[in-house]
Amino acid sequence: MTLTSKTLLVLAALALAACNNPRTGGTFGGGGTDGFGGFNDGGIQSGMLGDPNDPNSVAHFQQRIGDRVFFTTDSSSLSEDGRATLNAQARWLSANPQFAILIEGHADERGTREYNVSLGERRANTVMQYLIAQGISAGRMRTVSYGKERPVEACPEQRCWDINRRAVTVVSGGRTS
Amino acid sequence: MTRYFLLLSILLLAMPGTILPAQAQPLRLQITEGVIEPMPFAVPAFVPENSAGSQFADALARVVAANLTNTGLFREVPREAHIARVTSFDAGVSFADWRAINVQALITGAVEVSGNRMSVKFRLFDVLSGQQMGQGMQFAGSTDNWRRMAHKVSDAIYSRITGEGGYFDSRVVFISESGPRGNRTKRLAIMDQDGENVQMLTDGRALVIAPRVAPAGDRAVYTSYETGSPRVALMNLATGQRQLVGDIPGAMTFSPRFAPDGRSLVLSAARGGNTDLYRLDLGSGQMLQLTASSSIATSPSFSPDGRFITFESDRSGTSQIYIMPASGGEARRISFGQGRYSTPVWSPRGDLIAFTKSHAGRFHIGVMRTDGSEERLLTASFLDEGPTWAPNGRVIMFTRETAGGDPALFSVDITGRNLRRVPTPGAASDPAWGPLQP
Repeated sequence: MTLTSKTLLVLAALALAACNNPRTGGTFGGGGTDGFGGFNDGGIQSGMLGDPNDPNSVAHFQQRIGDRVFFTTDSSSLSEDGRATLNAQARWLSANPQFAILIEGHADERGTREYNVSLGERRANTVMQYLIAQGISAGRMRTVSYGKERPVEACPEQRCWDINRRAVTVVSGGRTS
Repeated sequence: MTRYFLLLSILLLAMPGTILPAQAQPLRLQITEGVIEPMPFAVPAFVPENSAGSQFADALARVVAANLTNTGLFREVPREAHIARVTSFDAGVSFADWRAINVQALITGAVEVSGNRMSVKFRLFDVLSGQQMGQGMQFAGSTDNWRRMAHKVSDAIYSRITGEGGYFDSRVVFISESGPRGNRTKRLAIMDQDGENVQMLTDGRALVIAPRVAPAGDRAVYTSYETGSPRVALMNLATGQRQLVGDIPGAMTFSPRFAPDGRSLVLSAARGGNTDLYRLDLGSGQMLQLTASSSIATSPSFSPDGRFITFESDRSGTSQIYIMPASGGEARRISFGQGRYSTPVWSPRGDLIAFTKSHAGRFHIGVMRTDGSEERLLTASFLDEGPTWAPNGRVIMFTRETAGGDPALFSVDITGRNLRRVPTPGAASDPAWGPLQP
């Protein structure tokens, strides 16, 4: 590798790191993932979850509203429950415009690996489009698909597959105190 | 040279084979659909031609024996049963002693070591006819590569007896897995086809999945989450240098595959709930969109002549297998059985497509002809997926996961016989079989 291409790679890495840092403050998981494991993942972000009784807290979003919706096998259609959850998420996001979100799409383990990446993307996109329809700006949202790589619970049973077919809205940014 | 001798021996064998009665058939295994009786063979410890050679004399023979046995086509007559002792590579063979213990193929070898260089010789004998089969052969190289020399010997023997190309001197890139299932650590890794010489290629910090090896064996492509989102990564296997390629802004890119000339990739890009196939020229970085339907098109595979791409799509409602021209255009569906069909992989001979099928809660590895006919399921389990072809198109390796268990690599031959677990140091998935090494 030439010095120039090395320099380019370093620059590319820096640029990626810059893009990937959430705008301000923290990433609040709950998606069963460990964030973006990679070379640009050195920093630990922090932020306050707040009191779940405070309707504008991240804790409220995660615990009371629910940060995830579920899907049936091979489907990316929202259920009645899923739409209710997303309506409440949209209200919270409207009231807390300082937060950005990452929507993670996931599949259960009963499919092939790459197809499940596509399926997870389709699920994440369904959630994003629904939130856009509720008035949330597309600029605040990103999507990622983990396919079947990050199950919430790994057991060879229907009850696990049912909770693994999900899209999780991960809140980042916002207040730091 | 090698090829010439091989061809010659095959021709010589093929001719009398049609006239002679079964009893007098020369040493020849036809690999067919039917159950075959494994051919009994013997491989005594190689003869050390100097004292330094003795440390490899037995080991070389053991690797050859293991390779042949693992095909399911051969059965070793154990050392304890041997009557004759081979103490000189060039001395005459006492065929009667080998016939007496029902050996049909006898392999003798010799090894000489000086410093870190070694030379390995072998001969193959047809015990029933009392004749040498093909000429003796010699390989020379570094002692570090002693297993590879045993694999070369095995490939030559396998080829002479079956008339098929070998696959022992080849490597497999795969995903080595560790840690809790909800947050797996996955590393790109490479090993010999028999599970030896495992080497980690990535450090596990970024999730990596589904690698493929370049046709020349010099590079690998895979999907990496190092930026936080799926991206296609290209690695030079000799230097370990890697780079991300084929960026499509706003899209997740994954499922990369090399074209047969190694100069371009076909890959998937997902955005807006839709996954399409693109072709990436690795030299210029130019991208060409190959599919444009409002559905999923992924897991592509080139035909060996580079003219077509097979892939899976759910455009009909469920995942099925399609074939289209390599430059895009109309796709023809070839899978019509019950269930979902995924991960089509074109065989190196061009005649078959291997796939994953799921139906009624079970997963299968199967093969079909390129027009979708003669579908044959080779395996069945809780979760089998992701077939990859041995360089000779006779064996398929894949990922098997038992209910609640860790994933492991398995192989099966295309007749559905000889299902075997491929040893790996820990949990493993997504094998990608590389070419026969030069």
